[in-house]
Amino acid sequence: MSEHEIAATVDGATETATVEARRLLVHALRENWGYTQPTVGCESGKCGACTVEMDGEVVKSCCVLAVQADGSEITTVGGIEGAPDGLAEVGGDDVAAADDDGFGPVQRSFHEEHGLQCGYCTPGMILRSRDLLAANPDPSREEIREGLKGNVCRCTGYENVVDAVEAAARKLEPIETDGGAPEDAVDAADGGAD
Amino acid sequence: MFPPQFDYERPDSLDAALDALADEDAVPLAGGHDLVPMLKARERTPGTVVDLGGLAALRGVERVVADGTERLSIGALTTDAALLDADPAGVDALLDATSEVGDAQIRNRGTVGGNLAAAHPASDIPAATLAAGATLHLVGPDGDRTVPAGEFATGDHETVCTDDELVTRVSVPLDPDAGGAYARKTHPSTGYAAVGVAARLRVVDGAVADPRVAAVGLLDVPTRLPAVEGALVGVDAGSPVDAVAGAAERATEGIDGAVREDHVVSAGQRCAVLPEYTERAVSAALARAVGREGVVA
Ligand SMILES: Cc1cc2nc3c(=O)[nH]c(=O)nc-3n(C[C@H](O)[C@H](O)[C@H](O)COP(=O)(O)OP(=O)(O)OC[C@H]3O[C@@H](n4cnc5c(N)ncnc54)[C@H](O)[C@@H]3O)c2cc1C
Ligand code: FES
Ligand code: FES
Repeated sequence: MSEHEIAATVDGATETATVEARRLLVHALRENWGYTQPTVGCESGKCGACTVEMDGEVVKSCCVLAVQADGSEITTVGGIEGAPDGLAEVGGDDVAAADDDGFGPVQRSFHEEHGLQCGYCTPGMILRSRDLLAANPDPSREEIREGLKGNVCRCTGYENVVDAVEAAARKLEPIETDGGAPEDAVDAADGGAD
Repeated sequence: MFPPQFDYERPDSLDAALDALADEDAVPLAGGHDLVPMLKARERTPGTVVDLGGLAALRGVERVVADGTERLSIGALTTDAALLDADPAGVDALLDATSEVGDAQIRNRGTVGGNLAAAHPASDIPAATLAAGATLHLVGPDGDRTVPAGEFATGDHETVCTDDELVTRVSVPLDPDAGGAYARKTHPSTGYAAVGVAARLRVVDGAVADPRVAAVGLLDVPTRLPAVEGALVGVDAGSPVDAVAGAAERATEGIDGAVREDHVVSAGQRCAVLPEYTERAVSAALARAVGREGVVA
């Protein structure tokens, strides 16, 4: 059984730990480093409660070994700010100033639409909803349901979750670029290798 | 649920990875979305886990010309999401199948090579590689070899890839006038395919040519549907509806092996829905082939 020194940036802070090879990322986050927003539901990759962003991509941290995350940048729902990538909130700074809870538009929509009850699934729901909106800023209800299929909720019956994502989409607009190709187009051209 | 104890290595070259795998107790780790759950369930108890994540050369998608034919070469460690982002032309069924895998988070980690190497009987990608007549490239201590997609899986979670070998890439022949598609009935409990069908065909002089139709979820290994393929040859691409439905009805004819069943989906149910998903896959493949530039239906 090997032990490994790992270091990762979590929500902007550098975190280090010595972990057994078998340690799961979600346990390193929660128990070594105290980031308790990713929760542990099914422990088998199905429910999405443990979702975090790893190097910019949403992943289920119960299916990633902590050693595999060595050197990576992790964002939990506690570390997100503002609107999803490539989007800005309609009304911009005024809305943020009027609303000083520090929540971004997706989080506020979950609050306003009652997109949560116990909140266990919510960190994963918020992260995946932001990811979904970044890729598809104007999703249909069907696309929202399909897009959230890896996130299970035992409380809401999903209807309000879908409402929340729709409401968030209405709050958001793509950031104007000056005609240049968005960065993603360049990434995709090289086969998406990272 | 915690995995059992094991050692962990992360080699930074293919040679170093093969050296590490020479230890008979070692297993490779790609995206981990098959292996990590199996470790947690203690269905696998390796001495060493060899993380392939450092092998950047096994990632990415490119067009290559081999023996005069154009092929798409997909590095084994290319994630499902990276393949979908690259959106290469000419591999419709593969893109359809990849987009059905699990969910967005799983596709961000799961790899094309891992999906094939895991040889889960209900994985989506193997249906598409079989229908496309793809080739898997393997490398081991004695050098490299190629295996046709149809000869790779030998059973439920069993393949011809030995413990000290790695899949390095899969190469898919590109045919400018072929169309492909994948359709699946999702298993209500596992979320994998109850049955999934990939179809790939061409339209030549207004008629279906070279149809290849393959199913997963049905037997322990991906299987072609010979009676469907036979009945599709020469079908008029201009008014195909009845002929495709008739061909699809014959989906279970001539397949070789016991149809899978579990406490949720019986063998009979799988056989009952197979024609419907066969028809969907073939119709969509045909519509795409007809839509290809230069093809006259
Ligand atoms: C909740 C859940 C739902 C899922 N749903 C689906 C689904 O609907 N459809 C579907 O197709 N899949 C599904 N999957 C499986 C997922 O796609 C897996 O990620 C994939 O099948 C395995 O790929 P991986 O890269 O994660 O491989 P790993 O888990 O890392 O490896 C899988 C196996 O292959 C071996 N291996 C990996 N790479 C290589 C290589 N290059 N050469 C030789 N051996 C190798 C490993 O040793 C291991 O035995 C699901 C998984 C989960 C957790
Ligand atoms: S706890 Fe990770 S997906 Fe359920
Ligand atoms: S709010 Fe309780 S699980 Fe979703």
